[in-house]
Amino acid sequence: MRPFAYEAAADADGAVAALARGTAAARYLGGGTNLVDLMRLGVEQPELLVDVTRLAHGAIEPLDGGGLRIGAEVRNSDCAADRAVRERFPVLAQALLAGASGQLRNLATTAGNLLQRTRCAYFQDVSKPCNKRAVGSGCPAIEGDHRNLAILGHSEACVATHPSDMAVALAALGARVVVRGPGGERTIAMPGLHRLPGDEPERDTVLEHGDLITAVEVPGLPWATRSRYRKVRDRASFAFAVVSVAAALDVDEAGGTVRDARLALGGVAHVPWRALAAEDALRGAPATRESFEAAAEAELAAAEPLRDNAFKVSLAHNLIVRTLLELAGA
Amino acid sequence: MQPVMTEIALTVNGREARLAVDTRTSLLDLLREHLDLAGAKKGCDHGQCGSCTVLVDGRRANACLALAVAHQGAEITTVEGLAGGEELHPLQQSFVDHDAFQCGYCTPGQLCSGVAALAEARAGWPSAVTADLAADAVALDAAEIRERMSGNICRCGAYPGIVAAVAEQAAR
Ligand SMILES: Cc1cc2nc3c(=O)[nH]c(=O)nc-3n(C[C@H](O)[C@H](O)[C@H](O)COP(=O)(O)OP(=O)(O)OC[C@H]3O[C@@H](n4cnc5c(N)ncnc54)[C@H](O)[C@@H]3O)c2cc1C
Ligand code: FES
Ligand code: FES
Repeated sequence: MRPFAYEAAADADGAVAALARGTAAARYLGGGTNLVDLMRLGVEQPELLVDVTRLAHGAIEPLDGGGLRIGAEVRNSDCAADRAVRERFPVLAQALLAGASGQLRNLATTAGNLLQRTRCAYFQDVSKPCNKRAVGSGCPAIEGDHRNLAILGHSEACVATHPSDMAVALAALGARVVVRGPGGERTIAMPGLHRLPGDEPERDTVLEHGDLITAVEVPGLPWATRSRYRKVRDRASFAFAVVSVAAALDVDEAGGTVRDARLALGGVAHVPWRALAAEDALRGAPATRESFEAAAEAELAAAEPLRDNAFKVSLAHNLIVRTLLELAGA
Repeated sequence: MQPVMTEIALTVNGREARLAVDTRTSLLDLLREHLDLAGAKKGCDHGQCGSCTVLVDGRRANACLALAVAHQGAEITTVEGLAGGEELHPLQQSFVDHDAFQCGYCTPGQLCSGVAALAEARAGWPSAVTADLAADAVALDAAEIRERMSGNICRCGAYPGIVAAVAEQAAR
């Protein structure tokens, strides 16, 4: 690991200023569970770490209209255990609990979770080419090991997936990410934080260097009490998603018609994939298996699987249908 | 860039420690290399095995991914700090009684993780297999214990004993 200087910022402005003083290789430090790992692998080589875990961004507060403002430094375990999160947004608590392990969730922060990098094996191996890590060096995953990589929205430059479970729930819930940068504060609506790789796979998100996430706001959604996160992985626990689904369903009192739906997919793209085509197909449709199948098909028509991951298309299809059926029956 | 040294002060197993370390030092290396506490193990150094698990301010954490400089003022408990003198921690006794280890390499991490998992359940924290997220209390059955302990890998496969030991303490 390369030597680096360390600063613990006292407040948000101090953190932004400290980072601005560093070179392009300065980084904010959350729990470090992704950044320190990548530094050890030589993928990240910062000269300055600005620790932001001591900022006053560690609380979960109610918003008008039933929403919640989750501080950027709230640990994943505390967020999942929070009463209001569990009651209002079960999908978010479940997504957090489906990620990593108990001891990692105690370290991992909200902001760090959103900004964790891909688990693509070529990205993590500095002896291999990778357009995301070394611009223009090529993407060996396209011909190589891509069983667990993207089926939607990938490019000729990159087929990586975003690994976060939490981000999938936040994309479904239309959360807003509050960002403080050198130019002041702004808000980015999910899933718009992350970007498709296109010909700039080195950029995971729309953030600029020096942007500090201070909070995530989840707007009120009364029917999100009927929401759920389902994750398929290669072992029963402590593994990244092969495919995951975050869903919320609003069915009319008679239980017959879908009034509204929220759906997002994980493990399938460079971004947490908001399934807008499926949501459109569901709105106003009868809450039946046939409608759920049609919605899944509408979304996955755009899928372009790689040589070894076509199974993910049917896996995603089945997971969407099963999750919606569970919610309709709940 | 030259190595950067920083002065840090923290409490380990009730004793204050004050020393200057390279900023790159993980909490795990601080414990093992600088404070001679070799209980916490370095199985993978990537957060994947849990053998480095210690308690930080009473909460379990992977010491391999935690930077020592980021833990100024923290209270650390390692496996060496679980027992009260010659008196084993109740979970340690349950591990002995239920053959919850073979080679013992993962055991320090399992013990710290188990102590914290029991506390989390007592505080009402749900897990990925908790059916009712709204419930105030969780009962630690085998499925709950396996899920909550999944961040600790045991290459000897002593899992049945580990689950039995944690279950015994959960029932107390
Ligand atoms: C073995 C293992 C298994 C895992 N399994 C899963 C899994 O199943 N599902 C899952 O979702 N995740 C999983 N994870 C990933 C884990 O969730 C992330 O590592 C964690 O959420 C990152 O949070 P952190 O606070 O530690 O971030 P850090 O590592 O501190 O930071 C990550 C990135 O975010 C930036 N950053 C941090 N805070 C801010 C801020 N406030 N503003 C701007 N930038 C910031 C950092 O500069 C860095 O680039 C796993 C990790 C490991 C090691
Ligand atoms: S050594 Fe820390 S998790 Fe393996
Ligand atoms: S007892 Fe040998 S690794 Fe667990």
